[in-house]
Amino acid sequence: MKAKKVTAALAAAALTVFLLAGCGSGSQGSGSGSEGAASETEAIELTNVSYDPTRELYAAYNAIFEPYYEENFGQKVTVTQSHGGSGKQALEVANGLEADVVTLALEGDVQVVADAGLIDDGFTSEFDLDSSPYTSTIVFLVRSGNPKSIYDWGDLIREDVGVITPNPKTSGGAMWNYLAAWYYFELQGQTEEEILASIRKLYGNVVVLDSGARGATTSFVENKQGDVLLAWENEAFLSLKEYPGEYEIVVPSVSILCQPTVAVVDEVAKKHGTEEVAREYLSYLYSEAAQEIEAQNFYRPSDQEVYGRYVSTEEANTITEVPADGKWIKDSISLTDITHFGGWSEARAKHFSDGAYFDQIYEQ
Amino acid sequence: MKVEKDKGILKYILILLSFTFLAVFLLLPLFYIVVTALRDGITGYVQAVTDAYAVKAALLTIRATFWAVAVNTVVGVAAAWCVTKFAFKGKKLLSTFIDLPVTVSPIIAGLIYVLTFGRQGDLYQYLDAWGIQIIFAVPGIVLATIFVTFPFISRELIPVLTAQGTDEEEAAALMGAGTFTIFRKVTLPHIKWALLYGVVLCTARAMGEFGAVSVLSGHLRGKTNTLPLYIELLYQGYDFTGAFAASSILVIMAVIVLILRLVLEQKGKKDQERNR
Amino acid sequence: MKQKSIIPGFGLSFGITITALSLVVLIPLCSLVVFTSRLSWSEFWYTVTRPRILSGYYVSISTAFTASLVNAGMGLVLAWVLVRYDFPGKRFLDGIIELPFALPTAVAGISLTHMTTTNGWVGRIFYDLFGIRIAYTRLGITIALIFIGIPFVVRSVQPVLEKIDIQYEEAAFILGADRGATFRKVIFPEILPSLISGFTLAFARSIGEYGSVVFIAGNTPYETEIAPLLIMSELQEFDYAAATSIALVMLGIAFVILSVNAFIQSVVSRRVSGLA
Repeated sequence: MKAKKVTAALAAAALTVFLLAGCGSGSQGSGSGSEGAASETEAIELTNVSYDPTRELYAAYNAIFEPYYEENFGQKVTVTQSHGGSGKQALEVANGLEADVVTLALEGDVQVVADAGLIDDGFTSEFDLDSSPYTSTIVFLVRSGNPKSIYDWGDLIREDVGVITPNPKTSGGAMWNYLAAWYYFELQGQTEEEILASIRKLYGNVVVLDSGARGATTSFVENKQGDVLLAWENEAFLSLKEYPGEYEIVVPSVSILCQPTVAVVDEVAKKHGTEEVAREYLSYLYSEAAQEIEAQNFYRPSDQEVYGRYVSTEEANTITEVPADGKWIKDSISLTDITHFGGWSEARAKHFSDGAYFDQIYEQ
Repeated sequence: MKVEKDKGILKYILILLSFTFLAVFLLLPLFYIVVTALRDGITGYVQAVTDAYAVKAALLTIRATFWAVAVNTVVGVAAAWCVTKFAFKGKKLLSTFIDLPVTVSPIIAGLIYVLTFGRQGDLYQYLDAWGIQIIFAVPGIVLATIFVTFPFISRELIPVLTAQGTDEEEAAALMGAGTFTIFRKVTLPHIKWALLYGVVLCTARAMGEFGAVSVLSGHLRGKTNTLPLYIELLYQGYDFTGAFAASSILVIMAVIVLILRLVLEQKGKKDQERNR
Repeated sequence: MKQKSIIPGFGLSFGITITALSLVVLIPLCSLVVFTSRLSWSEFWYTVTRPRILSGYYVSISTAFTASLVNAGMGLVLAWVLVRYDFPGKRFLDGIIELPFALPTAVAGISLTHMTTTNGWVGRIFYDLFGIRIAYTRLGITIALIFIGIPFVVRSVQPVLEKIDIQYEEAAFILGADRGATFRKVIFPEILPSLISGFTLAFARSIGEYGSVVFIAGNTPYETEIAPLLIMSELQEFDYAAATSIALVMLGIAFVILSVNAFIQSVVSRRVSGLA
């Protein structure tokens, strides 16, 4: 009797496993077309895992890359995009999200994928200019007319100013904002202690600490929170474009050169047989046509010729609308970069890891 | 209907209170979604909901929902039967475990699958060798959806089965009926409506799941973006109208499901009255 | 596994339940323990008791508790109104109770946030008249959690209320008890277990809620930063052990809440059956 029960239980168990497996494979049917190298007539699928603000950029870039590749290599290719917070995306790739290429907000995030053993060493020298085909910087977005007279980082710690910036602990890009502010106070000749006090004041003024760059923009633009948004330059221009007349960009005296990093995820590309197309996908980002698209999407192109075409001729540090002639780059801004902070791993350890400076400024 | 006694002014206060509460907390957000969805006119709306990615996302949502409901129906019936018709050690623990998924944060639900099936976990190498991808693919989405709706059906069935007791099944068993005969002839008629109700509830919840799926989907556009994720994507792409338009698809699906439930319930009540 | 029942099908139903439970819930949950065990006990304790983390638990638990209390009160009223009164629009009211299940939490979060910022439909009124901010405060979180939790209490209490024989009330009434006393002495004890069970479910669910809250919370550390967000933020730093530690604590909280509920239910049912 008892044996019979056990047998029944086991049979039921087997049945359930079967059912679950069935649902797995059944639902997999059309969901996994990306596996295996495609035959010549079939389109190759390429997955590009990127960060939040690049949606528009890569939508435009893919539209020129796909025909370019088919024409020159006789192979159809379709690119699947994934966007999200840079750190979160890096983590997902490290966890098995099958990206052929990553195009993330900072080198540190690509390093995470490399640390997981998916990207071969030396990815920063695989493509030109530290594998950053385009760069950006951090600027201020204020409401039309700049009612709170915000012109530089120093104004952000005034008591009457409400600041919107994402949380550097959850948004890779927000680390740039924090470091740019740090650099400004450093240039003011403040000691490390004083800088920390200033930064504490700045984050004390933060009204909404969103988890990602796009969330912060939405809080500022759509929900009308705060007086100033610390934003990627490209995000700020996009807001000017989407909401004409409602916002102004204020370019601070100093900022930081943000270098988004691209890399082929070697292990995955090898498995998919997409190494060639993946490499081409990234190196074509440096072509003139692609650089133009990057500039049009308000990323600073790395090609000096293209860059020159977009340098602004205006003197003023306040930009009220997207320039009609398309010349939007403020070349005058003085930019530091991550090497000033000793590279990403040092900056992370000192400022952003648990118990480091960023945590300390919130301790009461 | 129930005997209605004159409860005077209290009755009207309570009814008014209920209407106000639901209007503020449920209908207003819904109304807001619809108004925002139509902010750019009807053509903008139609364009947004017929976008190829929107359609793909909706199909994926339907597929994940279907599998989650199918699995949970079988498991839910088995669990409810097991818990109510038999006495065994560890029964309380078992029912607590069954209920656990409702109370687990969706973030944790997603996280545990990432840990179990992701590259960090020990299982990954075997799965990879077999070419099986669970997270950042459709099976993971289905699993997460099963997880968050796991107890929905058994929770509906358990009270009904408890109330019904075990006498009828025992009688049937004494007369020599087999498991499935007993279930079909004796138990099922009792739980028919509760089961349908559970299925409907499970469907509704499965369609809307966001947190857990978000953690393990990978957000591959057109491949692993479910409708709720697609909405977030649009929302963050400044396409508020599109986001709310896509939301309205879910609202409509939800309303259809809820209407279905009302119809079923009404039928169920009539059935019961006829049997009486 | 002792069982004296003569009803067949124990092995079958038990097998299905346990297998599904293990595969979908228990084994993945074990990953949490596995990853957490990379920390020593003192590291674990340090990780989960840092002031910022403690404040995260506090924000999550306190807002969830308030929201669930509101839901317990309103849920009781709603269930009462739906069972005892007849009025136009009743079926509609009944039908929309499950809406919060069906609406993706992200959509709910987005529309609630839009409505309650100082520029939103509702938020503006409160801000202009009373100077109260809703979105980006704990009040906002509480409102999102009320939205999430409505169905739990209503759907727990409603079926029980439906089964209470109106004769008892009439008897009590004839015996001279006034309406308040009838409710307190006759009805309330009957529905109390279901009310508690609805409350605990809503409570446990709200503590872990992420999708709707993250939009409306503002996420200011020590103010409106919820525990699930802290898990995300640890993950962002690639600190799996810390993330799973916090997750484990939250899971523990959920489990305790469910167990307390199970305990209360068993005490109550024993008392009821003891009386009978």
